[in-house]
Amino acid sequence: MSTLAVKPTKPWRPKVRNLAPEIFGAFFTAFATLAIVAITPLKGRLGFSFALIAMAVFTSATISWLRRDRKAALNSVSTVFVYVAAAFVIIPLSSLLFEIVRKGIGGLSWGIFTRDMSLASADSPLTEGGLLHAVVGTLYVVALATIISTPIGFLASLYIVEVKGRFAALVRFFVQAMSGIPSIVAGLFIYAVWMIGLGNSYNVMAGAGALSILMIPTVARTSEEVLKLIPNDLREAGLALGATQWRTIAMIILPAAKSGLVTSVILGIARVAGETAPLLLTIGGADALNLNPFEGNSSALPFYVWKNYSLGNPESIQRAWLGVIVLMMMVFIFFSLARYFGRTKGARR
Amino acid sequence: MSSTLDQPKTLPLPREITTVPRFSDRVFRGIVTTGGLSTLAILALIAFFLVFNGFEVMRSEGLRFLTGFDWMDAIPEEGIAATYGIGAMLYGTLVIGILAVIFGVPVAVGAALFLSYYAPEWIKRPMVVVIDVMAAIPSVVFGLWGYFILMPHAEYWAKLIHKYLGFIPIFDMPAPAYSRSPFIAGLVLAIMIIPIVASISREVFAQTPPDRIQAAYALGATKWTMIKAVVFPYGIGGVIGGAMLGLGRALGETVAVYTVLNLVYDIRIEILLSAGGSVASMIVNKFGEADAVELQALMAAGFVLFIVTLFVNFIANIIINRTARKG
Repeated sequence: MSTLAVKPTKPWRPKVRNLAPEIFGAFFTAFATLAIVAITPLKGRLGFSFALIAMAVFTSATISWLRRDRKAALNSVSTVFVYVAAAFVIIPLSSLLFEIVRKGIGGLSWGIFTRDMSLASADSPLTEGGLLHAVVGTLYVVALATIISTPIGFLASLYIVEVKGRFAALVRFFVQAMSGIPSIVAGLFIYAVWMIGLGNSYNVMAGAGALSILMIPTVARTSEEVLKLIPNDLREAGLALGATQWRTIAMIILPAAKSGLVTSVILGIARVAGETAPLLLTIGGADALNLNPFEGNSSALPFYVWKNYSLGNPESIQRAWLGVIVLMMMVFIFFSLARYFGRTKGARR
Repeated sequence: MSSTLDQPKTLPLPREITTVPRFSDRVFRGIVTTGGLSTLAILALIAFFLVFNGFEVMRSEGLRFLTGFDWMDAIPEEGIAATYGIGAMLYGTLVIGILAVIFGVPVAVGAALFLSYYAPEWIKRPMVVVIDVMAAIPSVVFGLWGYFILMPHAEYWAKLIHKYLGFIPIFDMPAPAYSRSPFIAGLVLAIMIIPIVASISREVFAQTPPDRIQAAYALGATKWTMIKAVVFPYGIGGVIGGAMLGLGRALGETVAVYTVLNLVYDIRIEILLSAGGSVASMIVNKFGEADAVELQALMAAGFVLFIVTLFVNFIANIIINRTARKG
């Protein structure tokens, strides 16, 4: 109790006296902004934020200039702009999430997950009909796309990192470029092959094909990064024990990279789960539940949102927002899973 | 047991050391190589099928397909032949892509600087998550948000811009129609490309050699002069590459643009006016009621879009790879 606890001093810490100009500047900025909004014709939220930024720039620059020199003033100005840029990133996203919840939460109920739209018309209230068919369609199309694209994506990354074949650099380059393919082009391609070329009609399989074109590069690039993180010692140890390359990769490298590879697949799923444009061209859309992925039109959540948005009456707009909130919940589940798996890998290291 | 010790067997022959892979390895390498090269095959197939299906239209229209403004089906009873030209749409695509880069890249680079050099530790991690989340939001959601939430605000901003800067030709307004303009589409696309540009810029900034940063500070540089003298010269290639990746994404964006842009088959210089173009949105717009010939034209348009975005992505990746390797 009586031990003398020496409180560490921090002589470099600015004292209140040193901070006085900053505090004064902050107050001045706030009051000047309010005064400008009150007196001049600059009104509303836009006027307020404009005045605030201008005043913050002005005050901080003046204070820095008076204390030091022109360079310090420039530094203050750029600091304000960097903070403003950061705010501009946060504002749209928070508005987006807020509006999704505000507009979509009202229609959320258990019933919408148990009914499809076959018995409800476009302008019937939200208590009728639901989006069971869309949820099932999305699950089908995403699952099939995962089955198609995961092996190809993994093989591509193994080719780049482990086999290091003659075309490794080329494959890497093209996989990078492939991740920039517009989603509508993937849809057109599948339409050209599947519908025009092979004469099939709309079904979930076609949608899955289009989505896997978009998913392969994501899986390949992420798993490539994961495989590159595996220390070379492991590969050399495996080979030195007399294992073939195949046994080394299958028994050592892939188990070591497991959680990262799972992350890469989940990130791929999160990337394609919300894709709309390719589905508009491939799955045909339906109002009834279709449990057969190989035959008949089907729906999916992005398609459901798109269709109800296009119908345009108040009830269907509400349905579109409802679809958005369900879609966002699905994307966030996948996204959090990816982060969870990504993190456990980091913690174990 | 002891008998084995008593009667030593012949020693195994020394193992033959060879660099020829075993059979299992050869099979394995074959499978992996096939898988790796299949990505190239997919790209080649995409190009082939789009050209194959769009060839008729491309041949009959020739260069007019790229420069023409009209997109009209044939009207047999009046003897009018079909004309398909994506000139206006191509121009419109470039306009909204460039607007997105102009709006989005400064904000994204600022945010990347904030994360790398300004942000306190406690805000960094949540903000990185925020940017990742933004990248995962589906484009149809951006479209709905842009149409219902952003557009009323953006129309008001457009009116202000027109009121005070209307003497500049691009802000002129022949008619008071402010909704669904290239300006608004550019804003929505800017928000969509911010995560890409910000995360690539951040990666590049993180590779700036710390000794040079410390050297700049030791010479008495302020934070801003340090960034100007060290970070920007070092990372400018990555930022440009990131901006081009963002441009590629913006050029190919379909659904979000469709909801917030009014497609008009004409080249207009006024960006605030409710008239713009986008190749990707046009494909979705026309696809529903397309007949066989128009479908071919859409395939050709898709091919043009494919080539343009692939080209932009190529350049971007070359620049980024070069910058990243420098470190």
